[in-house]
Amino acid sequence: MTDIVTSVPVPSNKIDSDIVIDSGELEKSLRRPRTAFNYIMSSLTTLVTIIALIPLFSVVLMLVVRGGQRLSLGLFTQLPPAAFEHGGGFGNAIVGTLVMVGVAALISVPFGILSATYLAEVAPYSRLSNVVRMCGKILTGFPSILAGVFAYGSVVLVTGGFSAIAGGIALSILMLPTVILTAEEAIHMVPAKIREAALGMGATQMQTVWMVLLPTAFPGILTGVMLAVARAAGETAPLLFTALFSNYWLISGGRLDLMQPTSSLAVLIYNFSAMPFQNQIELAWAAALILVLVVLTVNLIGQSLSRK
Amino acid sequence: MVQNAQNLSSAPNPANGNGKSVVIDCNITELYYGKFKAVRDTRIPIERNRITAFIGPSGCGKSTVLRCLNRMNDLVRGFRFEGHVHFQGADIYHPSIDPVAVRRYIGMVFQQPNPFAMSIYRNVAFGLKLNGYKGDREERVKRALCAAALWDEVKDKLHTSALSLSGGQQQRLCIARAIATEPEVLLMDEPCSALDPIATRRIEELMLELKESYTIAIVTHNLQQAQRVADKTGFLYVDTTQGGRTGYLVEFGLTKQLFEDPKEKHTQDYIHGRFS
Ligand SMILES: Nc1ncnc2c1ncn2[C@@H]1O[C@H](COP(=O)(O)OP(=O)(O)OP(=O)(O)O)[C@@H](O)[C@H]1O
Ligand SMILES: [Mg+2]
Repeated sequence: MTDIVTSVPVPSNKIDSDIVIDSGELEKSLRRPRTAFNYIMSSLTTLVTIIALIPLFSVVLMLVVRGGQRLSLGLFTQLPPAAFEHGGGFGNAIVGTLVMVGVAALISVPFGILSATYLAEVAPYSRLSNVVRMCGKILTGFPSILAGVFAYGSVVLVTGGFSAIAGGIALSILMLPTVILTAEEAIHMVPAKIREAALGMGATQMQTVWMVLLPTAFPGILTGVMLAVARAAGETAPLLFTALFSNYWLISGGRLDLMQPTSSLAVLIYNFSAMPFQNQIELAWAAALILVLVVLTVNLIGQSLSRK
Repeated sequence: MVQNAQNLSSAPNPANGNGKSVVIDCNITELYYGKFKAVRDTRIPIERNRITAFIGPSGCGKSTVLRCLNRMNDLVRGFRFEGHVHFQGADIYHPSIDPVAVRRYIGMVFQQPNPFAMSIYRNVAFGLKLNGYKGDREERVKRALCAAALWDEVKDKLHTSALSLSGGQQQRLCIARAIATEPEVLLMDEPCSALDPIATRRIEELMLELKESYTIAIVTHNLQQAQRVADKTGFLYVDTTQGGRTGYLVEFGLTKQLFEDPKEKHTQDYIHGRFS
């Protein structure tokens, strides 16, 4: 090493004479248009972000302040009050929302992931894929009330009554396109070299999907599922046509019964907020807060799953 | 195409590549990606327990030819191939052949290390799992890691993520993963291009050890590397005369002979760094 260093001639005097840059050139200065523009633009992004946060924060603040007043354990254990009654809670609505969103997820997640696998891997360029993709995009902007009408026609009328199952099916129709499109995207995002590694080892297409692509795409898929769950949990219109509402627990004869009218937080908020009773209005605020917390909890659980 | 080995005095019985049997007989008449004709007239016999290198300028179709040998190009949309590739006598492009089974016997190591986002152990055991290997997996994993000269570096952290390894270690892991299922042939597409000279040397030494049990075909941009490891070398070049940019095999023969006494002008120019 040392002889290499000494053998290199060092033109020390030349380096000194080459310095022609005034040290002022290197200082930060707003007089340079480029720097000024950069400064203005980054300030602008900060400002716009703050402005965008104002409505978000005020909604959350209002929820916490007005809904927080009534927060108590009783909300989770008691049934909704009658018109002039005091107190009460909406335990049945929490259960109803969880059950119906759960049913919807049980339907839409397997269907969504399998179709996404078809779209992303099995036949990405086929006509069927193009049609499904197109429908998925249209359906993401689908007015949710139509999902309710559809489930009303195809489930409520057929089974002869409002039920949690019908509600879950209506919500699953809303969740499905989000799950499909985000899962397809997530599978696409898996680097081609990873896919080639598996196929190059002699993995079949389905082995590649199950053992490599889906595990690698899992965080992305989960994000899509969470978005869909959050949307479904807050939907009111489709449930009005399918699950309706109930003042009682989702139980008959001591067992969970999914074939009866079912309450949900969203419909409870909708009903109670329009009532001329202070107690009900307060409960509606509390239910809104709980709804947000439920969605948040589901999200946090999902995130901690995907980090594993 | 032309076997020029006859002229070389240092090689005993060179007529049929020292009497070694041909494992893969690759004969590409025409190869298309969609409408683009990427390769033509390339015939390369790959011999057992030898290292065969493909050299040539960028874009001449070295990777394309290599990927033809285990049907990786089937994954490319619009890929079309005329000619034949015989693996131990069987035409792997015959409709009755399952490309998945072909890739099980002709493994591949890629230019970029591509370990899966799972533990080191599970990476190496991946191929065993694919094939439902019933025997002692731990033993096979250890053997593969030893053969890939990686065992000592990872034996204490087999269950940590493969992504935590250095680039050179990842590439050796990919080699271990490829040889864990004991394929017949190992295809390597510029396996050292992402590595520093020391890691490169280790992989070269590894290749020389592996050729005792495997047959290796390697694409390389590094002419010294081809000279250091390859028994036979094929030089591909791009033909622009017919309008497109079609690659073809200019010369194929014993490495020493190809580098010291190339027959074709293109080969001479390329080896001596003269480009038109
Ligand atoms: N998947 C593909 N789809 C379409 N054309 C391709 C594809 N892969 C390669 N080609 C084309 O085929 C020709 C040969 O490419 P190839 O990758 O085989 O070259 P190469 O010799 O390996 O080059 P390099 O040394 O840069 O890796 C190029 O003109 C390239 O554009
Ligand atoms: Mg290449």
